[in-house]
Amino acid sequence: MSTDAAPRTSSRLDWEIVVGLEVHCELATVTKLFCGCANRFGAEANTQVCPVCLGLPGSLPVLNRRAVELAMRIGRALHCEIRPSTFHRKNYFYPDMPKDYQISQYDEPINVGGYLELASERRIGIERAHIEEDTGKTTHVGGGGRIHDADHSLVDYNRAGVPLVEIVSRPDLRGADEARAYVAELRSILVASGASDGRMEEGSLRVDANVSVRPMGSQEFGTRCEVKNLNSLRSLGRAIEHEADRQVALLESGGRVVQETRHWNEAEGRTSSMRSKEEAYDYRYFPEPDLVPLVPDEDFIAEATAGLALMPAARRKRLAALVAAADGQPAATSVTDQIATVVDLGLDDLVVAAVGLGADARLALARSANEAAQSPERARELDASVFADLLGLESTGKLSATQAKTVLAELLEHGGEPEEVARRLGYEALSEDALSGVLDEVIAANRGAWERYVGGDEKVAQLLVGQVMKATKGRANGKAVAAALAERRG
Amino acid sequence: MSGSADVAPVASARALAARVRAGELSAVEVLESALGEIERRDGELHCFNLVTADRARSAAAEIDRKVAAGEDPGPLAGVPVALKDNLCTRDVPTTCSSRILEGWKPPYDATVVGRLAAAGAVSVGKTNLDEFAMGSSTESSAFGPTRNPWDLGRVPGGSSGGSAAAVAAGFVPLALGSDTGGSIRQPAALCGVVGVKPTYGVVSRYGLVAFASSLDQIGPFATTVGDAAALLEVIGGHDAMDSTSLALSAPRCSEVLDDGVEGLRVGVIADFLDDASLDCAGAVRAAAEVLAAAGAKVEDVAIPELLHGLSAYYLIAPAEASSNLARYDGVRFGLRVDGPDVEAMNARTRAAGFGPEVKRRIMLGTYVLSAGYYDAYYGQAQRVRTLVARAFARAYGQFDVLLAPTTPSVAFPIGAKTADPLEMYLADLYTIPSNLAGHPAMSVPFALGDSGLPVGVQVLAPALGEREMFRAAAVLEAGAAPEARAPVTGGAR
Ligand SMILES: [Zn+2]
Repeated sequence: MSTDAAPRTSSRLDWEIVVGLEVHCELATVTKLFCGCANRFGAEANTQVCPVCLGLPGSLPVLNRRAVELAMRIGRALHCEIRPSTFHRKNYFYPDMPKDYQISQYDEPINVGGYLELASERRIGIERAHIEEDTGKTTHVGGGGRIHDADHSLVDYNRAGVPLVEIVSRPDLRGADEARAYVAELRSILVASGASDGRMEEGSLRVDANVSVRPMGSQEFGTRCEVKNLNSLRSLGRAIEHEADRQVALLESGGRVVQETRHWNEAEGRTSSMRSKEEAYDYRYFPEPDLVPLVPDEDFIAEATAGLALMPAARRKRLAALVAAADGQPAATSVTDQIATVVDLGLDDLVVAAVGLGADARLALARSANEAAQSPERARELDASVFADLLGLESTGKLSATQAKTVLAELLEHGGEPEEVARRLGYEALSEDALSGVLDEVIAANRGAWERYVGGDEKVAQLLVGQVMKATKGRANGKAVAAALAERRG
Repeated sequence: MSGSADVAPVASARALAARVRAGELSAVEVLESALGEIERRDGELHCFNLVTADRARSAAAEIDRKVAAGEDPGPLAGVPVALKDNLCTRDVPTTCSSRILEGWKPPYDATVVGRLAAAGAVSVGKTNLDEFAMGSSTESSAFGPTRNPWDLGRVPGGSSGGSAAAVAAGFVPLALGSDTGGSIRQPAALCGVVGVKPTYGVVSRYGLVAFASSLDQIGPFATTVGDAAALLEVIGGHDAMDSTSLALSAPRCSEVLDDGVEGLRVGVIADFLDDASLDCAGAVRAAAEVLAAAGAKVEDVAIPELLHGLSAYYLIAPAEASSNLARYDGVRFGLRVDGPDVEAMNARTRAAGFGPEVKRRIMLGTYVLSAGYYDAYYGQAQRVRTLVARAFARAYGQFDVLLAPTTPSVAFPIGAKTADPLEMYLADLYTIPSNLAGHPAMSVPFALGDSGLPVGVQVLAPALGEREMFRAAAVLEAGAAPEARAPVTGGAR
């Protein structure tokens, strides 16, 4: 019943894609979850191991306090309830699992029932975020790189016992774009909470997707497949699209989706079956007798979650509130996009500080999201008062928009004071006397246009301003010229 | 008795240590005497899987150097000890008496092994056990059974049979065992020595190859109650490497040995007397009289729930074992039997490496944890475990310690129970409840029973009740038939 071919069907619009994600996040601890070995990526194979993480007979796990603290920070950042928890053993044979069981939280996880708010303001439910240990890493030599065709396999246990938090979302995501947005947002949260370095390419974040489809408007969930091996946001998006197409094609041709685990092949751009529900492992979970229940008291939780930075959703709300206060109305979609960019790039503190110094909120946002965004590292170090001064020159008409953008680029590149930089670039607005002379010339040369302007035709103003700017080779500021023309008209 | 009473004189550990510390006796002399005895008689008894003579010689020489230099050589200076071969010893093979660990040398010492060395004890070797400590006779060892020094045709008990027999034979005055369902107390009773299972968490399990993690506890074998107390003081106390280790120092039992039992409330577990053999039940009655005569308030108590412990134990212990023993897969250490793919390699390795009793328990444990059976078996067993703990709690509302037989009978002939696993499991009927509850219990040699074989009496106490337990044990020891325990010379006690 192989149906890996997945022709795009025009009827895809009749179907809704439902996605739930399981994200494994490696915690940025100094040592592993149950032993004192270094938790560091990229070391020579099997150099960061000891009797405990190799699962040698007689060894016993001791829980890493820092890992628990980071797990609680994640829970707090995702608005979860932090609860007393226990560890279980998940039993299955696999060469990269030293004990042939994984110590994981099962029916009593540390974090339950939170949510993640996307930039679209949609809240995605978080079922749980629990602690577990990572496995080693197997390299299959020969064959197709899969265990069954390999000549032999090499196992690196440096990763065995690295602390993970698995964050399980509810099936609240609708489609590939939203799934990608969720992972990007989650990544920001994990980095902001200090729990993770967020490096997907090093495997710090690993994503499995539960994908199903249902007729648009239906309330019931379809049969889902779990797709594994999604190593980037790009893989995640492609795999969801592909898997949804496969399921739609199956259903539309009268078939049915079989619950199974599928492997995403990035090179081939398709998923293939790993094991069906019937073949699924019976993990024989039972309480881990080598560990005691984890019952953090209020003080420990408070201490561990103290000093948690503002999460992206809260930071977006803070900017939206600034804009709304300035405009007297909620932010428009274009502004929402700018807000998301500014928060993503970590420029929101700059914007907030500049506005606090009197800068125009919309302008601060626009210059941050567009121009400052070109070199975010430098922009994050820009002095807010310098930024506010620049924005002030622009909004009072002393610099044109184009000029302000150039000055900002120069400030980011070489530093300095905005007025001084503008002067050096020859942008200093023409003195009123000089401008007056140019106006005389332009009015004389464009008599008909001037008459129409005086008669109340506002559209002609643009033409006149343009002529003045042309005559001054762009050194005159458009707003100042317009104001001078209006004054001359009386 | 068939065979000779192969029980040699041995000095008490504390007396030996005192003389070594005083420079009256060299650790090397003590060691050579022990090694000589082992050399002469262990071929027959098979207490040891491995004798580490060279390592022991350098350790003993180091003790003598310390004494000569005026440094403190430790409270057990120069005392030879034997280690059950499921305790990890750095660079020394640790087999669990299983083929599957053949050739494996741990890169680290168990916490207790390190503490023994720090106390000046000299470890002479690794003792035989039922494979992975699963058994009550030491017959399931892959390397053949250990014989009971009292009667070479009989088992020494198990699973710590090698350690018990090594002490009874006079090879060493002290040994370590592990007790999951009676594996210290039962062989101690059958060999006429003292055996102690401490409160769960008093002795670190780090470096003890796990059988059933929630039940396993390391404990002492000794020829006297006082020596057992001294050994417990050395090996006990908190260890950061074991999360289930209690945040307490070792119970100081040596200091209460002379306190007597005046006013101590002693309950005799009546439910255990009905099915025990006459000699074992009779020894308990006689022991009760000894305690009463010494001023204890002795009464019978009915705790019928304890008899359900056995069936709960044979679900919980195999369940944990099935998981603990998964790591013997041929990938990283020990035996590997190759196959066309990794699953075949795993399966062939395990088929060749494990003996029938271990396989039986892995299968049983895997079954009881399986989806659809978990609650009916494992879940139900855990409820019975709670029931046993509550029944004990009720009894300890009335009594300070409880008295019971250690075993249903004296040592049985080799081969008598190997054909019937259930019959073998019954050997642990009276010892298992203390493991389920995590309580301390110990066996004290008290009388000679059928065929002139030793009979042990068991003293049970609530969690951390070691001091009361040792008080009662010391009085029982003083009132015991002297011929019921392995003879002691050299100014014992
Ligand atoms: Zn380690």
